[in-house]
Amino acid sequence: MWNEKIETMDTKKLRLQQSKSLKKLVELVYKVPFYKQKMDELNVNPNDIKSIEDIVKLPFTTKHDLREVYPLGLCACEQVEIVEVHMSSGTTGTPVVDAYTLNDIEIWSETMARTLSMGGVTKSDIVQNAYGYGLFTGGFGVHYGSRKLGCLTIPISGGNTQRQLQVMKDFGSTVLTCTPSYSLYLAEAGKEMGFDFSKMPLKAGFFGAEAWSENMRVEIESKLHLKAYDIYGLTEIIGPGVAAECERQKGLHFFEDHFYPEIINPETGESLPDGEKGELVITTLTKTGTPVLRYRTRDITYIFENKCECGRTHRRIHSLLGRTDDMLIIRGVNIFPSQIENVLLKQKGIEPHYVLIIDRFNNLDSLEVNVEMSDDLCFDEVKVVESIEKTIEHALHNELLIYAKVKLVSPKSIQRSEGKAKRVIDNRKI
Amino acid sequence: MIKQISVFMENKPGRLLEVTKLLASNKVNIRTLSLADTAEFGIARLIVDNPDAVVEMLKNNRFTARITPVLAVEVPDEAGGLAKVLEVFSETGVNVEYMYGFVEKKHSDKALLVFKVEEPARAKEQLIAKGLTVVSEKDITS
Repeated sequence: MWNEKIETMDTKKLRLQQSKSLKKLVELVYKVPFYKQKMDELNVNPNDIKSIEDIVKLPFTTKHDLREVYPLGLCACEQVEIVEVHMSSGTTGTPVVDAYTLNDIEIWSETMARTLSMGGVTKSDIVQNAYGYGLFTGGFGVHYGSRKLGCLTIPISGGNTQRQLQVMKDFGSTVLTCTPSYSLYLAEAGKEMGFDFSKMPLKAGFFGAEAWSENMRVEIESKLHLKAYDIYGLTEIIGPGVAAECERQKGLHFFEDHFYPEIINPETGESLPDGEKGELVITTLTKTGTPVLRYRTRDITYIFENKCECGRTHRRIHSLLGRTDDMLIIRGVNIFPSQIENVLLKQKGIEPHYVLIIDRFNNLDSLEVNVEMSDDLCFDEVKVVESIEKTIEHALHNELLIYAKVKLVSPKSIQRSEGKAKRVIDNRKI
Repeated sequence: MIKQISVFMENKPGRLLEVTKLLASNKVNIRTLSLADTAEFGIARLIVDNPDAVVEMLKNNRFTARITPVLAVEVPDEAGGLAKVLEVFSETGVNVEYMYGFVEKKHSDKALLVFKVEEPARAKEQLIAKGLTVVSEKDITS
């Protein structure tokens, strides 16, 4: 265990610590105009918050709010204290910014060190970090945790499969961090190159940024000969290192001294007791760069009622069970159908009637956009159709940062429906 | 210029059959048909009698069909017939998008060449100036 004192802290003591942190947090954020206004609207002020139970009196924060305050409207410290920023990938128009003080980076390193330790990683391990480095939080989050643990950290970043395998072999990587689907892709590519993973020193993998199932875990573990751990995080909160599985692999422990989880009814906003399924809401208790009050993640899960056999007292959430909105996660990138719609609305020769078909081939997600051609399009020449498809593919790539195949279909061939159109066909067996 | 019918079809088994069956059941004789296909879709180009009525019928049966004006040139059905036309296009810099040809039953010594070109008006003018026969809709109605 990386931080036994904190991780196994008596629940009463932990709640006391959380109460203290929350009081401090509320005093801090009340100085940020954005939060002050929200709190004033609900008639709550810092004096109303006496313990962690009072958290339900505080206002929610939504993704929309976070976009409104772009780039640094949430900043609760002097701007000179900010040492690093990260941003959400592939979101409509305005990204969500997470700005970190030196102490926030320290918190991040701590929770990521705990994450890796939960899977048995120690300073003698060699961590091949295949999450993307850059504005995306994945690469740096793992990097900071791995460095804190004292591991040999290989910042190889995402992609370049041949080199991943070569490095894995040459350095004898013992830990792999990437998206679950990419781990399977590596397994397949390695097999083709004649790799025998049973003879490789890989022992653990930390996989997040997209939803995966127990079946996929079995597949990853048997193909790569390692133990596969689910990790959870989001840019809006800090990045990875919000919650993670321990060696029991039964739910993800929330790092409750820093991030406080609640489950609410997504319709009414009312708090639900542990054990009941609903929307996960997270408050950052200790961050000072861009602290977040009761962030509505739109992720659906529940909090386990019982204690984990591992001895940690921090509560666990079930791996994600779905979303309350229509967000799709394709190759680790968050995509809303509305983003695609916005791109389509600007194109010539088509109508904004579309269906998104998502599939997974060779463990890589694929996205196909079928869109109706305009009634008056002169489709008589192949090159006319193909050039429209290429133009839209290019525009979508600029917006989504991933490739989507575009296929023009006949006018009025896509089923119209009253109310909410069924625009997404997800054929992935996750 | 004559009227060609273009039908857009997704590449699925049986789509062309559906088109031809519909035409058959309505006693529409296909004078000629040419197909352009890609991995994802195909375009069927047909010459029929009464193209305006046929295109309406196709549309009413939920096919994506349009009239496309194309250039039809009558040449002797003998060696060098096509080359003569292409020579005119080449000399005057007219770009051909696609073409196909067929032999008419009633004049079995003549072939009809159908062209989609970038500048049909100029192409037609040049062909006539070189003494070639550009046919109109009424010339080919059987």
